Amino acid sequence: MAVLVNKKTRLICQGITGKVGTFHSNGAITYGTTFVGGVTPGKGGQTWVAEKGGTYPVWNTVAEAVKQGGASASMIFVPPPGAADAILEAIDAGVPLIVAITEGIPARDMYAVKSRLAQSNSRLVGPNCPGVITPDECKIGIMPGYIHKRGTTGIVSRSGTLTYEAVFQSTAAGLGQSTCIGIGGDPIKGTDFIDALRLFQDDPETEQIIMIGEIGGDSEERACAFIKTSVTKPVVGFIAGSRAPKGKRMGHAGAIVSGNTGTAEAKFAAMRSAGVFIAESPATLGDTLLIAAGKR
Amino acid sequence: MKIHEYQGKQLFRTYGVPVLRGEAVTTAADAERVARELGSPVVVVKSQIHAGGRGKGTVYADAAATVKVLDGGVKVVRSPADARAIADKLLGNFLKTIQTGDSAKQVKTLYIEDGCQIAKELYVSILLDRTAAAPVLIVSSEGGMDIEEVAHRAPEKILQTHFDPQQGIGAYQARRLGYEIGLTPPQVANFVKAVQALGRTFLATDADMLEVNPLVVTAGDEVVALDCKMSFDDNALFRHPEIAAFLDANEEDAAELEAKSHDMAFVKLTGNIGCMVNGAGLAMATMDAIALYGASEGAFPANFLDVGGGATAEKVTTAFKIILKDAAVEAILVNIFGGIMKCDTIATGVLTAVRDVGLDRPLVVRLEGTNVAQGKKLIADSGLPVIAADGLKDGCMKAAQAANAYRIGRGLPPHPALPTPPAIAYIPRRRPALAKARSQAGPAKAAKPAKTHKPAKRATAPARRARSATRPASGKAKRPGKRR
Repeated sequence: MAVLVNKKTRLICQGITGKVGTFHSNGAITYGTTFVGGVTPGKGGQTWVAEKGGTYPVWNTVAEAVKQGGASASMIFVPPPGAADAILEAIDAGVPLIVAITEGIPARDMYAVKSRLAQSNSRLVGPNCPGVITPDECKIGIMPGYIHKRGTTGIVSRSGTLTYEAVFQSTAAGLGQSTCIGIGGDPIKGTDFIDALRLFQDDPETEQIIMIGEIGGDSEERACAFIKTSVTKPVVGFIAGSRAPKGKRMGHAGAIVSGNTGTAEAKFAAMRSAGVFIAESPATLGDTLLIAAGKR
Repeated sequence: MKIHEYQGKQLFRTYGVPVLRGEAVTTAADAERVARELGSPVVVVKSQIHAGGRGKGTVYADAAATVKVLDGGVKVVRSPADARAIADKLLGNFLKTIQTGDSAKQVKTLYIEDGCQIAKELYVSILLDRTAAAPVLIVSSEGGMDIEEVAHRAPEKILQTHFDPQQGIGAYQARRLGYEIGLTPPQVANFVKAVQALGRTFLATDADMLEVNPLVVTAGDEVVALDCKMSFDDNALFRHPEIAAFLDANEEDAAELEAKSHDMAFVKLTGNIGCMVNGAGLAMATMDAIALYGASEGAFPANFLDVGGGATAEKVTTAFKIILKDAAVEAILVNIFGGIMKCDTIATGVLTAVRDVGLDRPLVVRLEGTNVAQGKKLIADSGLPVIAADGLKDGCMKAAQAANAYRIGRGLPPHPALPTPPAIAYIPRRRPALAKARSQAGPAKAAKPAKTHKPAKRATAPARRARSATRPASGKAKRPGKRR
């Protein structure tokens, strides 16, 4: 089952003719994702040739990609100045799943995206995220496909490389992953922890969940309140940034402790009160996961 | 990005926020000239640094804040000659406030501003509420003091309202808040104009924080911004070259600026272990792990450094150079997860960088991910004094030990152990029962996993919790353990 994406997901790439878009479209195809083509305004009608052979259409608009290619998901590699516009275009074209990889979208542009999303049936993952993967079925994004193994752990994280650590260790622990969702490091984003937790809770294949947060904002606290009322599966958690100085942005636009809000301390406390199994560092995610799964 | 008060007031003038007359100066002679031109009986001389609490700060002759010059970085003067005398004491000296941390900041610019008759001091700020994905206007009648303190002492005195980022602050919104903080009708009219202009400034400049403390009501019922603190969304600076030009290198950490120019994120910390990591989350987690696993050796992270996705030889070289500039660094920990870029490629990059830079401090490398064995072999066979680590914990401990060994080698005593940080790891003994009846997800769906995957020999905590969840409360809640 898994969540969000599977073999039936028909993926397009917005920004396919750019260097990064080309690289990761190839990555998706090589992984076995059902890929239908791409969109680059002004290059419609061209064909795009995949590394491993096979040609794919390039459309001028997402609407064409939906109509002619039956696109059901879009991954966005459009540079920041045009990225919010690209997301809005995908929403307007009715694409059910939009995954925005782009880092550096202005927050003000995301206000408009959020309000449009609220009136649509589209789901946005990201921006500033590694993407979404259901092992052996569909890879949308920049994650290294081969570290994943199909299994029973649902992973949701604000950080890319920490997600890979969690994937690597859950694979090594023999539990594997159902689906991994990188929700991204920006302050305003599409899918948040609660959305991902709800999906995993309702997914029969997911038996345990890893949730990796970081300093800034209060979405981990709200997620923990949701876990208390609505999640019955064991959750393993970690928060990055205990040692971050106040008022400093730590790489991610959203990773900043302002005043007394957004501290790692408060987030860990919320996790404890929600009965989350907490790993003391990424080094112990795998062991903690085995304990949570009742295998140790 | 942060800017100075005088720069913010330039923006305020552009967007119609009422401010007093004033001019920024960098010499005492200009301070006197501007004070004379203003021609007012009272003029204010304000130190321009990127930190709040300037009025209550202390001015020192040195950055280490040992030789005191005078109290207060904002001074009211009554003659141009006094303006000159005060400017002489402020310019070039160092101002320490509750927000500057341990080191004082050098005053290089003064803002010479007109005085005014204050009837009331208010507080106004606009922030980004990330949860609501909308800007929020915050207002208080308690202006001129530390707002965190007001929030703690009298939270009811802080009022807020979200506003539509397309429409700006509605007159009705500002009006309501104006009346609620006790302004009179003529004051409210001016307050609405000022607050709406602040909203325009915030939106048009892609600010992520705007604070006016105080926003004053004058004896003549005018509403004027006496202060201005602003910071901007770094992601939006590409469309505001005029704001990007406000950057004051004097206020920024040189290493942070250098890293930024190479597309890397760097934040200086206080410890002895330099670290270089790919990805912001892993970089933060690495800092945390150094403090956790290195405490017994007195180790603490010296920095946060995210080299980004492609840890190429070129990037690693630059990162090493930035880290090594910090004399407090006694060992470096490289922690890279090899994903798209595989471990052997990364190892080659690190080794090339080590040869280029001529590393003079111990280096510990922890690689994980694809081709990790090949990567480790490359390091082992390199003949370079690079310490390979097995895992993050091992890496942190080895770096902490290497730092002390480096000190001993230089005739210095090893660091004493630091107190062990509070325990983070947590294994719930008993999963707490769900707080409420399930409402978000259907109970039928939730029941599935418990049935399919739990042939539990002994009832594990998760299983207990899963099972209790399969009994949604019907009518009065039945407690699972107490059924008849």
